[in-house]
Amino acid sequence: MRTSASTSPSASPSTAAARPRLAVWKFASCDGCQLTLLNCEDELLPLAAEVEIAYFLEASSATVAGPYDLSLVEGSVTTQADAQRIGEIRAASRRLVTIGACATAGGIQALRNFADVDGYLAAVYATPAYVSTLSTSTPISAHVRVDFELQGCPIDSRQLLEVISAFLAGRRPAISSASVCTECKRRGTVCVMVAHGTPCLGPVTHAGCGAICPAWHRGCYGCFGPMESPNTPALVRELTVLGMDDRETGRVFRTFNAAAPAFLAASRDAAEGGGIHAEDTDAEDTDAEDTQAEDTHAEQ
Amino acid sequence: MAQPEVVEAVVRPAALGTLVEVLRARGYRVVGPTVRDGAIVYDEIAGAAQLPVGWTDVQQPGRYRLERRGDAALFGYAVGPHSWKQHLLPPRLRLLRIRRGGGEGSEAVEGSEAVEGSEAAEEFEAAEEFEAAEEPTPRTRVAFLGVRSCELHAIAIQDRILLGGGTRDRDYAARRSDVFIAAVNCHEPGGTCFCVSMNTGPAVREGYDLVLSEILDADHRLLVEAGTARGAEVVGELAGRAAEPADRTAARAAVDRAADRMGRTVEAADLRDLLADNLEHPRWDEVAQRCLTCGNCTMVCPTCFCTSVEDVSDLRGGEAERWRSWESCFSLDHSYLHGGSIRAAGRSRYRQWLTHKFGTWHDQFGTSGCVGCGRCITWCPVGIDVTEELAAIRANSLAGDPDPTSAQPRPPAREARDDAS
Repeated sequence: MRTSASTSPSASPSTAAARPRLAVWKFASCDGCQLTLLNCEDELLPLAAEVEIAYFLEASSATVAGPYDLSLVEGSVTTQADAQRIGEIRAASRRLVTIGACATAGGIQALRNFADVDGYLAAVYATPAYVSTLSTSTPISAHVRVDFELQGCPIDSRQLLEVISAFLAGRRPAISSASVCTECKRRGTVCVMVAHGTPCLGPVTHAGCGAICPAWHRGCYGCFGPMESPNTPALVRELTVLGMDDRETGRVFRTFNAAAPAFLAASRDAAEGGGIHAEDTDAEDTDAEDTQAEDTHAEQ
Repeated sequence: MAQPEVVEAVVRPAALGTLVEVLRARGYRVVGPTVRDGAIVYDEIAGAAQLPVGWTDVQQPGRYRLERRGDAALFGYAVGPHSWKQHLLPPRLRLLRIRRGGGEGSEAVEGSEAVEGSEAAEEFEAAEEFEAAEEPTPRTRVAFLGVRSCELHAIAIQDRILLGGGTRDRDYAARRSDVFIAAVNCHEPGGTCFCVSMNTGPAVREGYDLVLSEILDADHRLLVEAGTARGAEVVGELAGRAAEPADRTAARAAVDRAADRMGRTVEAADLRDLLADNLEHPRWDEVAQRCLTCGNCTMVCPTCFCTSVEDVSDLRGGEAERWRSWESCFSLDHSYLHGGSIRAAGRSRYRQWLTHKFGTWHDQFGTSGCVGCGRCITWCPVGIDVTEELAAIRANSLAGDPDPTSAQPRPPAREARDDAS
């Protein structure tokens, strides 16, 4: 189903020539960020009036050839073919914005970066030779120049509309890169870490979700990835005070943004502290990881 | 309909319900302390049942817990995560709405004819009239119930900043214009409190309509004193008895005991000069190892007033809005000038916060920016304690050193890493 930018079948662009052309691309991902756009029910028609939705396979199989004024890219690069395809998309795009944890940090699938991918292939597939994959999952920015990165797993629909509106107006998107704590405090939420002793990644996590989890008495999971100046060692010391061991502190940083540099460093530090090991990521362990994240954020 | 003015009375705890009713009857939205999500927060209350009766808070750096008291005290706690600034300087506020006028058929702006035919003319012809509407200022009357002395000082500091001089803030002025303040003498300082050091409490001195003193002996009662004429009218409606010397003595003793039980102290003298002399103190590097730059301290601080203003537009470019939000000197945006942020390192941002709060605030506003409420200590997720930081700098001051950058050995860099700076 993947169609490269340069070979997209062409529909007639004549009636919509004046509108900027929007393209939405998928790489290795769960489609959740594309769905965030599709779920903007009230704004989708106004958006279609302002831009020509030229390439968005999640919405329509009708596509328009490039070049494109704005490309939204979901997903990470996990194959050699995708590494080549993103170069073609970049060349066909005036502005390229990456959306979501996969595209901005490598996503949950970047857990493979800590593991032996050949071992996975041998364990899962009867004929591993049919599978062509890279040993790493990397963000789009590791391959091409990116004009703006919108973090989140999934992204926030209001923020996505803000980025598109800003593009259309030719202005900078009003997207804060400060901590989730700023959003918690602005909405008057009582700090779950200070008042309940609940481990929380909010102080090192990028704002944007509106601080949902703490408002429901849960610690932040860090799904928006690192904030602008994350001091993860300082937070890990506090998580330890709250009762987490190296294994647990390592695991909370190995989720959707595991390969984001600040979170990667934090989990590596924990691994060196005797917790998770570099090789400690076989298939069974991946399930255990999800369970662990639940446990460590359980309500108290 | 003049009410009898009573300057002083003694009332039963149940009179707090009457107080809320009286204030509501006078058109005030009553905001007071109430238990929510494991903390005592300030929120709108409809009756005395919502007050934190019998609760107290146990506070230390980075830690806050509610506990049951053995009595039915109404004000037996210190201060929580909220401050009154939530209600006077809202965390997020729309300032302005701008709408395009008539659309395609509307008249071009003046001057378009003069440059007709040129590229500029096309732009002018495309330009339309804009309608801009400032956000209407709120007109609600608000009563604050349970305001501590430190908090009255904080409000006075924000008044000076937001109402004084050439920077009168329109929205703040409207919200501040009709606030009824029912203060309370603080009898229960928290583990992170240091108002005595900052000379801001615990006894209420000024800036209130009425002040309550809770007397928790066998005869649980409150001494109510009016500070304004409208406060006296309200006191008159509480149906109390006349105050006796024993009531005043008991109230005085309670606030004196509180002054002796401060959780923390700061040597406040000459802090401005001390900090100015120590801008290169190695302690800034040390604290930066611990500081998360998350901004919690500034958000809970009752005097921090920084806001940022953002313009946003809709998809069609037909409407734009200007919003103001609480901002923090711990964000990179706060010091973003042309081309980048000038306080990129956590060290620079922590130093900015502390030296402004305790030092350059004096130069700017003629007062310290700290009222000793302890919120920044309690609500720092890693428990950084401003009193400890100030003491560390004072204990090892670089004042008088010919070359302050080299005179002090720097502590070994712990877990220094590029991405954590």
